[in-house]
Amino acid sequence: MIDNQIIATVLIHLFTALLQLAFWRKTVTQRVLSIAGTLTGFLFAANLFTKVYTGSILTMNASNWEAPFGIVFVADLLSSTMVLLTSIAALAVSIFSATGVGRARMLYGYFPIFHFLVMGLNGAFLTGDIFNLYVWFEVVIIASFVLLTLGGRKAQLEGAVKYMAMNILASTFFLTGVGLLYGITGSLNMADLALKIPQVENQSIVNLTAMFFLIGFGIKSAVFPLYFWLPSSYHTPPSAVAATFGGLLTKVGIYALFRVFTLVFTPDEFMKTLFIVMGILTILTGAFGAIIKNNVRRLFSYLIVCHIGFIIGGLGLYTKVALLGAVFYLIHDMIVKTNLFLIAGLIRQLRGTMNMSKLGGLYAHYPKISLLIAVVLFSLAGIPPLSGFWPKIYLIEAGFSANNYAFVLSVIIGSFITLYVIARLWSEVFWKNDPADEIITDSFEPLKPFKKMLLVLPIGILAATTLYIGLNAEMVIQVADRISTEMLDTTPYIQAVLGK
Amino acid sequence: MELLLVVLIGVLYAAGVYFILRRSMVRLLLGIMLLGNGTNILIFLLGNITKGKPPIIEADLKVFADIYADPIPQALILTAIVISFGLTSFAIVLLKRVYALIGSDDLDDLNTPEEEDI
Repeated sequence: MIDNQIIATVLIHLFTALLQLAFWRKTVTQRVLSIAGTLTGFLFAANLFTKVYTGSILTMNASNWEAPFGIVFVADLLSSTMVLLTSIAALAVSIFSATGVGRARMLYGYFPIFHFLVMGLNGAFLTGDIFNLYVWFEVVIIASFVLLTLGGRKAQLEGAVKYMAMNILASTFFLTGVGLLYGITGSLNMADLALKIPQVENQSIVNLTAMFFLIGFGIKSAVFPLYFWLPSSYHTPPSAVAATFGGLLTKVGIYALFRVFTLVFTPDEFMKTLFIVMGILTILTGAFGAIIKNNVRRLFSYLIVCHIGFIIGGLGLYTKVALLGAVFYLIHDMIVKTNLFLIAGLIRQLRGTMNMSKLGGLYAHYPKISLLIAVVLFSLAGIPPLSGFWPKIYLIEAGFSANNYAFVLSVIIGSFITLYVIARLWSEVFWKNDPADEIITDSFEPLKPFKKMLLVLPIGILAATTLYIGLNAEMVIQVADRISTEMLDTTPYIQAVLGK
Repeated sequence: MELLLVVLIGVLYAAGVYFILRRSMVRLLLGIMLLGNGTNILIFLLGNITKGKPPIIEADLKVFADIYADPIPQALILTAIVISFGLTSFAIVLLKRVYALIGSDDLDDLNTPEEEDI
């Protein structure tokens, strides 16, 4: 069904950013515009999700060029779910940024760049054309470069060099893959590619092309052995930026993996094994990396890597249950990871540091905020009935039914280490007595109540979403179930795009 | 012509990979640029080079009667060139700034610990 409204979320963020550029250096106006823009974006995303969930897959042909000749935008359930989650996370980050980002950064265009980034993310989720996906990826990374370097502290710039080099390299791999794909099939439309790829005589060149996509998206989504740039750059920018990166940027890589390896390529046995091995090693390296970290944000960076492994492993098992678990985990992960970095930012506001050995006594000083944070931390660790628990059941069940005990074991080890790390964080930061010899710089207490609210409210919004995902898991499972069905049987998608 | 391009792509990729593996930041950037150019030529080559056959339909025909040069790879390359221009100019400014701050071109020197970690 053709519906031009599906790119509304892209346009809203584009116009918000342009409007903010018109109010250059007027930070108060920019803040109001940003919150208004993300709120409108959220409403449209929710509307899109409802339409797709109750109706069918929606498409839009750019300039009315029919698929497969023009660029087509497709909102299937996976895309619209990702758009919805992105807009929830963007809303929270935008509210948090109003006080959480320094005025100097706002003066140099923090908000317009943030909206360009969210626009790029929405575009990447909605496009049905593989070259257009590349272009959206570039929109995202150039915006993320600016966000990462804005402020220009030494550590930030050093992190940015690594981030920049790896991301441009990933894009080059992706572009090579697109070029090869066009060379062997003569098409760029993903639905059309899905029909043409099985007809290619020389399947080994198809597998070679698939490897280029795997490496390109693998770097972006930080899977083992391509993740090293992530822990060395994500702890450097302001927490609001790190939240956007941690919650959304790695996930767009995961989304692309899901899209390309379920629709365009169908993984053969070798690819599936490769995915599972990568997943297992990602879980283990991420988890062990998190154990030794003493800085809250570095620890969270390794947890991102660790949990990417669950999703990649689920994709590798490639059964219905496994994909359901992986999609559910993705839904849970986007919200929780965004929230974690916002929490790190709040901790920094409260205590002026993120070093765990210098922190302590937060529970005694701020019991309500601590309880709010506890909800998020426990759902990250996967304590039932919170949201991290349900997808793991599916992943473990899928591992058992595929007789893949190595994956099951690594999921259990990964969850256990996450629990250990979170318990250590809780006792170090919240329960331990205040370290007596440290000078505490609390920049939260002197703030006006309204500004305090702006810092705590987004964490509350995301925590409420997490609670909803956990306590109303039945509904989320239905969504994930339909997404995984659409992944395994791509005919509805192809029919919706090509109209045959 | 094809053979020449294949050799050129090979040389660009090899030089790019060699530069990326060096420790100097400037060489890293040069390596990335060479790889990007190699990729652009690869797309050009894979689009089946057809000489002297522009994709224009004769006035009295409805479809192409003959084989024609595919314009899409060139459109793709053009897009990729513009994007890599933007990325490269950003990267150059970033590297210049990093060089001014740490006074070194060596990637191994990029490990200043955060004040919080000490």
